[in-house]
Amino acid sequence: MSEEHLLLPISKPKIGAGGKTGTWRVFRPMIDESQCTKCYQCWMYCPEGAIIVGKRGDYPKINYDYCKGCLICYEVCPVKAISKIREG
Amino acid sequence: MMPRIDVITGNDAAAWGARLSRVEVIAAYPITPQTTIVETLSKWVDTGEMKAKFITVESEHSAMAAIIGASAAGARAFTATSSHGFFYMFEMISWAVGARVPVVMAVVDRAMAPPWNIWADWNDALAARDLGWIMFFASNNQEVLDTIIQAYKIAEDKNVLLPAMVCLEGFVLSHTTMPVTIHDQEKVDEYLPPYEPPHYVVNPKIAEPLTYGNILFPWDYAKVRLAIQKSMDNAVAVIKKASQEFKEIFGTWHGDLIKEYKTDNAEYLIISMGTVAEEAEAVVDKLREKGMKIGAIKVRAFRPFPKQDIVKAIKDVSKVFVVDRDISFGYGGILAGEVKAVFHDNNIDVPVKEAILGIGGDEILPEHIEKFVLENR
Repeated sequence: MSEEHLLLPISKPKIGAGGKTGTWRVFRPMIDESQCTKCYQCWMYCPEGAIIVGKRGDYPKINYDYCKGCLICYEVCPVKAISKIREG
Repeated sequence: MMPRIDVITGNDAAAWGARLSRVEVIAAYPITPQTTIVETLSKWVDTGEMKAKFITVESEHSAMAAIIGASAAGARAFTATSSHGFFYMFEMISWAVGARVPVVMAVVDRAMAPPWNIWADWNDALAARDLGWIMFFASNNQEVLDTIIQAYKIAEDKNVLLPAMVCLEGFVLSHTTMPVTIHDQEKVDEYLPPYEPPHYVVNPKIAEPLTYGNILFPWDYAKVRLAIQKSMDNAVAVIKKASQEFKEIFGTWHGDLIKEYKTDNAEYLIISMGTVAEEAEAVVDKLREKGMKIGAIKVRAFRPFPKQDIVKAIKDVSKVFVVDRDISFGYGGILAGEVKAVFHDNNIDVPVKEAILGIGGDEILPEHIEKFVLENR
């Protein structure tokens, strides 16, 4: 029996497994802390886990190394505290 | 439960095969002529006679996706389909191979539309010939039941780990009753221990989550595909061992990769699959009475294809007759093509005559096969 019959493409999730995907971004979401109510909807919806909340009560922060600029946070923010600007 | 003989349909036999295999997850969508397999399983799950999870799904695509997930999470999983359901499932049929999940599927062979037709035809299952499933074709209801149990044993072998399908012809077997031995559960348990994945388990509850099947670039992808081919090669010996062990425990023998019938000193051979191969045995008996030295081979495992077994069985044969219940348009009979390729690769200079019979459930009687043989001998 061959020992090479089970070559399995298994990957384990870790930060940056796909490289610095922040370079893919066309639009940069920006959180305006003066308007943010800390409802954390942006944190909950971010499909990449690129929005970080250190501890309850902190403002959410965007990790621009990995944020792909999908703008779901921009869409879901109930108080329009997130703006978008085109990357230069 | 002691073994007993029931008079049941091929679909009941398939359901019993899954039940005796102690399948843990079933996901399926109804389609004629498969429906009564999953109806029966659904009933048993409902009454508690089977301790399994039955997932109702909106399509065959989802049915296969669900059992791939169940198997990746460590469960023994089963589904069944036919014809258009099989084709709707097609993307996931291929996925199951790459995911290396040893699921088992009963395929109740039925013709493809249009025009609509619900009867027996191998063109549904054979469309998946090149995807990497182990493929069995059963000749009778007992073989359906036995082969589903064997299929789990083979698919789950650590040297194989590929999905397996057990094909039975629509109505000819699926809705026809025959006496079938329902094996003793304890003996089946002895033959087929619980499935324990030796390669990986996708379980979000364990400490280290993992992803299976992310992107691979060409060179690594090719190596993974080669590994599937090596597993298919391994399956040849595993099928032989599993069939032999089954015979020793249960006493039934349907062949391993092939079943030979009166091939000793045969000058002529009929090669076919499924119920047609059993019909061919009746033709062999009749022609042997008339003095013709003829035998028959049933190709039981279409994948892996029984290359060496066919070569060994050829011996003194001077002509071969292949009966296909399928057609590869623009080429010919699919089984005949495979047989011819084996002959070519092994320098066997024996003419192969081919007949395509029984398309769309057209009845194949012994006299049809006899006529084909006598007119081409």
